[in-house]
Amino acid sequence: MRHVFSVRIGPVSFRVGSDWRGPVEQLRALYADHPAPVDGIADYTVRLSATRPWRRFVRPSVAIAGDYMLPDAAPLPLAHGLLAAEMAMNLQLALGERRFLLLHAATVERDGRAIVLTGESGAGKSTLAALLSARGWRLMGDEFALLDPETGLLHAFPRLVSLKNAAVGVVRRALPEARFGPLMAGTPKGDIRHLVPDAVALAAMDRPARPVRLVFPRYGFANDAQPVGAGEAFVRLTQASTNYVALGEQGFDALTRFVREVPAVALDYPDADSAIAAIEG
Amino acid sequence: MNGAAHLLCRLLAMPETARTLDARQWGEVMTVARAELLIGSLAFRLRGMVLPERVEAILAAAIRSAEEGRRQALWEAEMARRALAPLGCPVALLKGTAFVAAGLDAGQGRHIGDLDILVPRASLDAAEAALLGAGWEWVKPDPYDDAYYRRWMHELPPLIHRERDRMIDVHHTILPPTARTTPDAAKLLAAAEPLGNGLSILSPEDMVIHAAIHLFADGDLSGGLRNLWDIDRLVRECIARDADYPAGLAARAAEHQAERAVARALRAAHALFDTPALPGKAERLFDAAARRRLLARDGWGRGTRPATRLAFYVRSHWLRMPPAMLARHLWIKFMRDRRAGA
Repeated sequence: MRHVFSVRIGPVSFRVGSDWRGPVEQLRALYADHPAPVDGIADYTVRLSATRPWRRFVRPSVAIAGDYMLPDAAPLPLAHGLLAAEMAMNLQLALGERRFLLLHAATVERDGRAIVLTGESGAGKSTLAALLSARGWRLMGDEFALLDPETGLLHAFPRLVSLKNAAVGVVRRALPEARFGPLMAGTPKGDIRHLVPDAVALAAMDRPARPVRLVFPRYGFANDAQPVGAGEAFVRLTQASTNYVALGEQGFDALTRFVREVPAVALDYPDADSAIAAIEG
Repeated sequence: MNGAAHLLCRLLAMPETARTLDARQWGEVMTVARAELLIGSLAFRLRGMVLPERVEAILAAAIRSAEEGRRQALWEAEMARRALAPLGCPVALLKGTAFVAAGLDAGQGRHIGDLDILVPRASLDAAEAALLGAGWEWVKPDPYDDAYYRRWMHELPPLIHRERDRMIDVHHTILPPTARTTPDAAKLLAAAEPLGNGLSILSPEDMVIHAAIHLFADGDLSGGLRNLWDIDRLVRECIARDADYPAGLAARAAEHQAERAVARALRAAHALFDTPALPGKAERLFDAAARRRLLARDGWGRGTRPATRLAFYVRSHWLRMPPAMLARHLWIKFMRDRRAGA
C-alpha cells in the first residue's frame, strides 16, 4: 500500500498500510518511542483503504480492514483516520489473538503487582488507568489485558490510551507534560483524544506482572465497594473476553485460575478522586 | 504482481523453500494465508522447521487455533448426529468436517466454518424438523431467499444453533438442480464410507469430485485456493494408498457428469501445487484465467484483478441457472438491495 507503518506494542506487532499519508504520519508521531516488530515481522496486518476508489479524494472515507474483519464495520471519515487505525489494530487482537486470553480491561502495575480494571464502555477504565499512571503506577494498557494461559501472568499492551469527552480535560490536567494526539470531535464514540503512554510504561512493556486485584468500576454512583465472588467474576469476564470461546479448554483453565487467585471487587464511584483512593487504599 | 499468493502455493507444496524467505515475504505470505484461510494448513506444513522466531510464534498460535477448530467441528458433527439419529437415514459429512473426522491429510490445519452434511432428498423435511427441534434456527429472514433455497438449491436454507452459534448446511446433493451438471446424489450416499459412529464420509473419488465441482461447476472461485489445496492433499493421499486411484477418479467423474470440472481442478492443482495425476489436454485460455483468479490477492491481503473476479462471479451464476431464471433472480435481488439501501 502507499503508506506503511510498523510498530510493536508489548508482545503484539502490527503492519499498517494506508491509502493516505495522514493517519500514518499521526501513528508515526504518536508511536515514535515504541519499538519496531521483532525480526521485522508483524503479527497482524491492518489496512486503511478507501471504501471506493474515488473516496480516496472525494469525501475520503476509511474502511477498517486487515487480517481479521467484521463484515459490517462502519467506515470513518479521513479526519478520524487515527481512530480507524486504532480500532483496526484492536480488532485484529480481538478476533485473531490465540496466544493470550484477552480481557477487555485496563491494567496498572506497581512492584510487580497488577490491578485489572474491567467494565463496560464508560465505566472509566482508560481514565482511571491514565490517572493512576500520573501517580506512579505503570500503565500496562487501557484496552486489553493479555493473560498468559501458561503462567497466569499479565502481559502489557500499552497502545495509545483512548480518552473520551470529559475525560480528555481531566487527564490533561493530571498529566500536563504528557503527549496527546489530535482531538477528534464527533466520532461515533464521542470526542476522542489519545494519550501517549509514558516512558515508564514503554520501558517496562516486556515485563509481565502477577494480577493481584480485579476491579469492576462503575462511574456515576455513590461510593460503594462490594466483594465479587469467583463465580460471578468468571461469568462477567467471559463476557469481557473477545476470545474466550475460541481458546476452548485453555481459555476455561486460564480464566478459572484467574478468578480463583485474584480477589475481585465491584467499585461504584461518583468522581475520579474517590475511585483512586479506593484502588490505592 | 501477486508474488505473495504464488509464494504461499510454493511454500505449501515445497516447505523446504521456507529457508529462502526474507522478513517482508514472511509478512506478506502470512497475510495471504490468513485471507485465504490457509494459515492453519501452512502452519502444519512447516511444523518442526527452524523458522524466524516471530514466524514460529504466529504459526504455533495458528496450530492451536486449528486444533480447537477441529475439536469444535467434531463436536458439532456429533450434535447433528444425535439430532438426526432417530430418523435412521444415512448422514454423510462433507468438506472440512469430513476430512478431520476421517483423519485425512486434507484436515491438517484445515479451517472449518459451517458443518456440511448430505442426507437423502426424501429425508430432507424430517431432517429439518429434527434439527429445529434440537435447537437450530433459520438464519435467512428473507422470504424470497427462503423460497429460492427450497425450490432451487441443493441444500436447505442455512440453520444456526441458538446456543452454540454454529451453522449447519443440510445438502441433498452437491450442485443446484438447475445447474447444467447433475451429479448422482443417490450414488454419493451409496458409496459413502461409514466412520463407525453412524456418520459417513464420501468415497475418496467422490470427495475430490465434490471439491472440483464446487470450484469449477458452481462457485466463483472465491476462497478457491483452499479448495484446491484440499484437492492436492486428497489426491496425493489417495494415490499413496492406491496407485490406480486416478483411473478410478476419471471413471467416477464420468458417472457424475463432472469430467470437465475434475480435469480443470486437477490441472489447476498441478500448476499451483505440483499435484500428481495430470489429466488430459489443457484448455489454455480457461486454465490461465482460473489461475489468475485463484491467485488474485496481494501481499496486503487485498483481492486484486476485479475484472477477472467479476467474470468468474458472472460465470458462477450462469452455470447455476438458465438465463431467464438468472435474469429474474438478479432483478429481485437488485430491487431488494435498492430498497434496503434507501
